[in-house]
Amino acid sequence: MISQVFILSSKGDHLIYKDFRGEAGKDAVNKFYEMVTALTGGQPPVVMKHKELHFVHIRQGGLYWVATTKADASPFTIIEFLNRLTALVKDYCGCLLEKSVQMNFALIYELLDEVVDFGYIQTTSTDILKNFIQTEAVSSKPFSLFDLSNVGLFGADTQQNKVAPSAAATRPIVSSQGEQGSKNEIFVDVIERMSVVIGANGVLMKADIEGEIRVKCYMPSCSEMRIGLNEEFSIGKSQLSGYGAAVRVDECSFHQAVRLDEFDTYRILKVCPSQGEQTVMQYQLCDDLPTAPPFRLFPSIERDSGGRLLMYLKLRCDLPPKSAAINVSITIPVPKGSLRLSQELSSPDQSAELQPKNKAVHWEIPRFPGGAQLSALFKLEVSGLSAASLQEVGPVSLSFELPKYTCTGLQIRFLRLSPIQPGPSQRWVRYVTHSDSYTIRI
Amino acid sequence: MPYLGDEHTVRELRRALSNPNVQADHLRYRNTIHRVIRVMSQGQDVSGLYSEMVKACATVDIVQKKLVYVFLCSYASLNPELSLLVINTLRKDCSDHNPMVRSLALRNMCNLRLPGLSQYVQQPLTVGLKDKAACVRRVAVLGWAKIHTLQPNTEIDVAVVNELYGLLRDPDPVVMVNCLRALEEILQEEGGVAINKPIAHHLLNRLKLCDVWGQSEVLAVLQRYRPRGEDELFDILSLLDPALLSHHAPVMAATLRLFLSLCSTLPAVCMSALERARGPLLAAAGSTSRELRYAALCHIQLLLRSEPGLMGEHYKRFFCGYAEPPYIKQNKMQVLVELVNDDNVAMVLDELRGYCTDVNTETSQTAINAIGSIGRSYTDRCLAILTGLLGLKQEHITSAVLQTLRDLVWVCPQCGDAVCSALEGWEDNLQDSQGRGALLWLLGVYGDRVTGAPYLLEDCIDGVRSEVSAEVKTELLTATLRLFLSRPAETQDMMGRLLVYCIEEEVDMCVRDQALLYYRLLHCGIEEVRQVLQGGRRSDPSLGPLIGRPPEPISQWASSFNTLEPLTLGASTVGNSDHATPKPSTLTPNTLTSNAEAMTPTPGDPHLPDCSSGALSLSVSPALTPEEFERLWLQLEKGACLEVCVACPVPRCSPEGLQVALQLVNIQTLAFTPPNTHPWRVYLYTHTSHISTKTPHTLILAELLHTGGEGEKEEEEEGEEEEEGEGEEEGEKEGEKEGEEEGEKEGEGEKEGEGDKEGVEEGDGEREKEKGLLVVMRQHPGDQTALRGFLSVLTTVLHTLSTHTA
Repeated sequence: MISQVFILSSKGDHLIYKDFRGEAGKDAVNKFYEMVTALTGGQPPVVMKHKELHFVHIRQGGLYWVATTKADASPFTIIEFLNRLTALVKDYCGCLLEKSVQMNFALIYELLDEVVDFGYIQTTSTDILKNFIQTEAVSSKPFSLFDLSNVGLFGADTQQNKVAPSAAATRPIVSSQGEQGSKNEIFVDVIERMSVVIGANGVLMKADIEGEIRVKCYMPSCSEMRIGLNEEFSIGKSQLSGYGAAVRVDECSFHQAVRLDEFDTYRILKVCPSQGEQTVMQYQLCDDLPTAPPFRLFPSIERDSGGRLLMYLKLRCDLPPKSAAINVSITIPVPKGSLRLSQELSSPDQSAELQPKNKAVHWEIPRFPGGAQLSALFKLEVSGLSAASLQEVGPVSLSFELPKYTCTGLQIRFLRLSPIQPGPSQRWVRYVTHSDSYTIRI
Repeated sequence: MPYLGDEHTVRELRRALSNPNVQADHLRYRNTIHRVIRVMSQGQDVSGLYSEMVKACATVDIVQKKLVYVFLCSYASLNPELSLLVINTLRKDCSDHNPMVRSLALRNMCNLRLPGLSQYVQQPLTVGLKDKAACVRRVAVLGWAKIHTLQPNTEIDVAVVNELYGLLRDPDPVVMVNCLRALEEILQEEGGVAINKPIAHHLLNRLKLCDVWGQSEVLAVLQRYRPRGEDELFDILSLLDPALLSHHAPVMAATLRLFLSLCSTLPAVCMSALERARGPLLAAAGSTSRELRYAALCHIQLLLRSEPGLMGEHYKRFFCGYAEPPYIKQNKMQVLVELVNDDNVAMVLDELRGYCTDVNTETSQTAINAIGSIGRSYTDRCLAILTGLLGLKQEHITSAVLQTLRDLVWVCPQCGDAVCSALEGWEDNLQDSQGRGALLWLLGVYGDRVTGAPYLLEDCIDGVRSEVSAEVKTELLTATLRLFLSRPAETQDMMGRLLVYCIEEEVDMCVRDQALLYYRLLHCGIEEVRQVLQGGRRSDPSLGPLIGRPPEPISQWASSFNTLEPLTLGASTVGNSDHATPKPSTLTPNTLTSNAEAMTPTPGDPHLPDCSSGALSLSVSPALTPEEFERLWLQLEKGACLEVCVACPVPRCSPEGLQVALQLVNIQTLAFTPPNTHPWRVYLYTHTSHISTKTPHTLILAELLHTGGEGEKEEEEEGEEEEEGEGEEEGEKEGEKEGEEEGEKEGEGEKEGEGDKEGVEEGDGEREKEKGLLVVMRQHPGDQTALRGFLSVLTTVLHTLSTHTA
């Protein structure tokens, strides 16, 4: 059971404080902030203890979401609850920012009141909650249809939040002043996260993909939605299709509301989406990518006669020519004591800089089309460069985003709503692959 | 956080709230209340507005009502009288035709948390239990729990309890789960809600209707149910089986916990449950939420304690992502160490090597330590990496590598050559005192094989004045003395200088005492020194398999599964990531612990605490005077006191020799009777502290007592029995009153570790049979683990002494 829930800004401002059981004083908030700021970088901050009180917290949107408990509760439950709470707040307020939480505090109190009673979680389903929540969300920005031109991704956490979430999907799910037509929208996103390790010899050592299909629904009433996946979609290793075009995943799990009666034969998911965001299907694929990994690196690293470190990096993008990677950022760890960097990059939109604090060179490529090859020459002045220093170079890590592309090849064939919605309705299907961790050893 | 202008804001808000124009316009009224709540949640005290807010409570606007309730519940305890006024409004709302208003009123009536109000609340709550709207029943059920917590002494009506039991059959699943929760609280003293067979089966059947939160709650309650027979048990298990694969981590974890508790007597079923849950656990360990990842990783570490092979083929899942925070990386590396086998060792080492140069020093240290642990089984590969890292000449890396090498050499003496060649031509000057300590230790032990050792030591000795760490100084003393044994000509002069400095100028008591000790030891002759410093084996090759911990039974950790404990445990071990390695310091009190571990605990004995996880350190400072000792000894007579019979003969060496030997492991001898007197007594004391945990220091006083005066005469007769099993016999004879556990421990330990050695000696015709020693220990403050650790160190020393002098 949960004793208190509170939300703090990163600067320690109190945004929300709710005491459910009256077991602990309000000074717990300040105590928590003291403890969390006193942590050093390496310490795991998830669970902290002060006297009899356990603090469990997560960080989302730059805020601390904290639950305290006195009993020995299940960590999974509390962490999942906090995650769910952030999702609810995002659904109701549009986005997860300090500002939106501040503006919608009344709504969040109302939510907390309905979600938790006496420290026990009552319900977190948007369907039930929408009957109880009366306060209207305050958006910081009026919604405009023109923002749809740059439809990105709503829920996906990009690594550095470089991709601004599009306004289309960051408005509150319940709003009365929204424009006509904008209410009947449904977004279906296929999001994949890949973690890849490529060995020094170019051999693929590890390649995992975790994917999910997320639905965000703005329709007040939607009886049934049918999502058709690739027909040749197969689960597990046994069903090998002879034609090679199969889309295969190792494991697959569905939201409990999904009905699978047509899944086995037609690969159709039937779901009645409730308002808000939910993950309909999750899947994993380990070690057996259907295509080549998207990036290959050909490094050559040496010391020159002047005691400088020369790094000549060739990076090739093995995506199909139609696709492109965006926001590619490459981090190359360099020896300690690197002082200056001089660079030769192959095109002017790229940039590179040396970050002495992180002992790394950052190379940014805003757009990297499939099939292209870019190269860069970095000359580093390193104090006390020795042969052993070369060991410190690498492993190189990449972060990027592949819009309109899924590594497993999963596609959505169709999206049908039944019964046909009255009035104009808009259905969006979007694909994206993120790099969870893409490491190339040198 | 108090803001400036507190009073001004309150005054302004009060004016606005009592303005009739504002009150007339409900939007403006609501906005003003909005502002009050905003100010309140920013941490300002606005309790002065209570009476105005009470008035605002009487409204038809639900949003306004909710806002006002938030305010009233926060400040009710400060204004109990004014709150009486609210009760009327609330009671009226409880009979509103809108169920939402009813539930709202009922909930907040209980949330006011005023014990005086409970008489007004009971009646609406009773009505609420029978309400036709589920949302009101949900609130009413929990309302009873709230009342009970407010006034824990008052009896809740039996009728209510029965009604709550009846409501377990409510069609609404949330009402059902709330009933469980409420009954758990109300009946806490009777051990919570009674789960009999019909209730358990009812709950199991309705499990699917609950949402994930309800499911995990019900599963937790069901742990108390004991099925009647195997058939029922397996019915339940097969019903629950799909939930093990749930992709909701809370449900999966609760189910697994229930499985483990139901099948505690069926290890095979537990194992297969762990295997089933592996997939979801791995998925949780790769979840987008890094907090969930961490929780899953901590629990996976628990699982691996019993089933090291469980995740073997999935080792790649524990490769670190580059953007992951250090604490997750460190956790993953600790898991990787457990998963190493012949097939993946190359890949794992490749992965770990990448993190040795990580920008975060803790991560790089963890990586280096992890390589060291793998080095126990794959020595050559790991040594190559570790010695290669020395070439980087980076302070923190070098220091971590040296410490790792020291630990590795202790376990695997065969890698001494590689270490020596790495030390050859060493010229770095380390700043880090732990690293320097490790370097000195290595130089002392391998001084004969490293050409430059005397010069390196000489540098340290010349700089001893500016040395701040007492640990390094004691390390330096020992290393110098050891080197003196192997290369006397080169070392004698500087050793003299060092001893003079430490005895005459040093301010730290420990260092000075140790220097004095060595000085006197040197007087006793070189053979005596050799015996104390190099006595016996440098390390025990049979330690190898013991240090790789044996799989624990699941019951060891099952009770902490799905609790916060594994997560907080992780927090304390990550900071001190080499927790698996007992750290040998100067004359290695801790390696003696680990050495002792080889002798005393038997693998798989569930009663014994895992000594290696909380390496114990002993110290003699602050020193005790004999008077203080006596006072404490008498004072503690009634307190923490343990009497143990150690199956160990009286050491044959001189009392001074014993004193020296004990001092090397930081046990101070205070007084002893001359040898060959009966009863023979020695009084000792030491301070203990755990390295990894923050357990406070404790003081242990001990008395060694040998009353074998008559024993020696009789022992010829007893000789045969004793040969059969010295330890067991002691256990029977004396151990009974102290508790069988200790007796067992000694007995089995004897068989395990020392058996062969003793056997040889006895076989040699060594007829000097001894009665055991009685060790009386008193401790302040009490700490059983420390006491046992102390005992094992002590017995090791005694054993060593008796074997050498015999």
